[in-house]
Amino acid sequence: MLAFIFRRVLSTIPVMAIVAFAVFMLLRLSPGDPASVIAGDYATAEQIARIRTQLGLDQPIYTQFFAWLGQLAHGDLGVSIFSNLPVSTLIAQRVEPTLMLALTTIVFSIVVAVPMGVVAAWKANTWIDRAVMVFAVVGFSVPVFVMAYFLIYGFALGLNWFPVQGYRSPSQGIGLFASHIALPTLALSAIFVALIARITRATVLEVLDEDYIRTARAKGQIERKVLFHHALRNAAVPIVTVIGLGIALLIGGVVVTESVFNLPGLGRLVVDAILKRDYPIIQGLILLFSFVYIILNLLIDISYTLLDPRIRY
Amino acid sequence: MSGAIEQTGAATAKRGSGLPRQPLLVFGAAVIAVMVLAAIAAPYLGTADPMALNPLGRLRPPSAANWFGTDQFGRDIWTRVVFGSRVSLFVGAVVAILSLSIGLLIGLVAGYLRIVDAIVMRVMDGLMAIPGVLLAIALVSLSGASMTTVIIAITIPEIPRVVRLVRSVVLSVREEPYVEAAIAAGTRLPLLLARHILPNSIPPLIVQATYICASAMLTEAILSFLGAGTPPEIPSWGNMMAEGRQFFPIAPRIVLLPGVALALTILAVNVLGDGLRDRLDPKIAKRM
Repeated sequence: MLAFIFRRVLSTIPVMAIVAFAVFMLLRLSPGDPASVIAGDYATAEQIARIRTQLGLDQPIYTQFFAWLGQLAHGDLGVSIFSNLPVSTLIAQRVEPTLMLALTTIVFSIVVAVPMGVVAAWKANTWIDRAVMVFAVVGFSVPVFVMAYFLIYGFALGLNWFPVQGYRSPSQGIGLFASHIALPTLALSAIFVALIARITRATVLEVLDEDYIRTARAKGQIERKVLFHHALRNAAVPIVTVIGLGIALLIGGVVVTESVFNLPGLGRLVVDAILKRDYPIIQGLILLFSFVYIILNLLIDISYTLLDPRIRY
Repeated sequence: MSGAIEQTGAATAKRGSGLPRQPLLVFGAAVIAVMVLAAIAAPYLGTADPMALNPLGRLRPPSAANWFGTDQFGRDIWTRVVFGSRVSLFVGAVVAILSLSIGLLIGLVAGYLRIVDAIVMRVMDGLMAIPGVLLAIALVSLSGASMTTVIIAITIPEIPRVVRLVRSVVLSVREEPYVEAAIAAGTRLPLLLARHILPNSIPPLIVQATYICASAMLTEAILSFLGAGTPPEIPSWGNMMAEGRQFFPIAPRIVLLPGVALALTILAVNVLGDGLRDRLDPKIAKRM
């Protein structure tokens, strides 16, 4: 078990190195000279040359790469070109809305989708099951920003239940926070509810065919316990797998959702930086998102051995 | 053989896979066929010039002349929604073909040559870890917005998934007796891959192609919506939504109508993919 965890942790190192290299090369190989972008439109040739030396852009690529890795190892993500603030400071300022949105979305999706999937499997081939499946297919296909605008149209502009956009921190009052995060959460959740409901239904349906379910029913176990205790428990691994796959979708979705609802989070930060070509922010954030993805998937892989003792690597 | 597949399909349907099987395929294919026809015949569908500005007719509600009304520049929304289908379908199809061919090539080689495999798969893991949308926005924004860069930027993040799929098929197929027999008979590697291994990867790849197509259309719309996608002068659904954003409270249809078109197209392609999967790949179908 420990040996497996150790090996699995080690295996993320080459992947992280490849990500770091890819992110680094992405910006170096792109046309356009960062030094002249930073210097602005009216800079003289000397000013550009000075900035180039300052940032080490006149060094060979591999020197730059290892210098950058060295900085990373010290937790230094560089300094934003436009605001002149350290990228780590900017991330710290912007991380809360993104983290909150991700958390509310994951919790909401699981709470809604798992019972939906279980009930659909239990009532297989009835109208309830069909309704859940239609929802799953539609929810998976409607793009998050289209969903977002329909929600704004209906619940913010139409019924006036929620604000159109903006973010309030939980420290400003939990009610205010909830009313601002509600629509972004709903918009971003649609795809996860669809995905999780679908996989839950499929795995529970499969598990319900097993002998031990028949045994449980035969000994007179009540149906609710059969479903949630016996069946769902054994469906945990595929459900966790889908949540892991969903992390990539979540990161992409957060970027778009923050833009629609004007949430001052990491997604907005990176999109603004990309449009302004603020290289250190782009590098730092793509790297951060990729590492989050790698680490979450690592945790999920490890959790398999806890969820299902039969899994051995 | 095809009888056996149909039987398995029927068996899954009986076990309760939600919707009856064939209608899915028919619905998806029909909607896409209509979309493709509309994209081809766009100039003849009661449309005007998608770029024609009309400063006097801004933000008009739907009427006989402008079925969906006009946008903030007085352009006909119906026209632009119809022409937008060209961008989405083109990007979806081209990205699907490109990423499949590149992924197939890499996957076949990686699955067959152990030395290449380790390196290629680590690189693919690394590529998969970078959020696709961010990678695509960065690529487009750094190399300048054009149709070509958009397509390349969307294709790159899709490749690893194809490579993994092809590789897994190759790994399972190459243990089969008929492949061993072919090796024993002295079949050379390129022929072995082309004749014996490739045909087995085709059915799952066709299914994967539909999902890539849907995902590519979505990414294109997201890129355009965020301002780092298809050049703004091209009427793509994402561009229309991005431009209409400021006018959303006054004229929601500028944003909602292209959104509906986008959602409907992606839905149709996904449904078609599900239908194809159930027919071509009953083993996976049972699991979803």
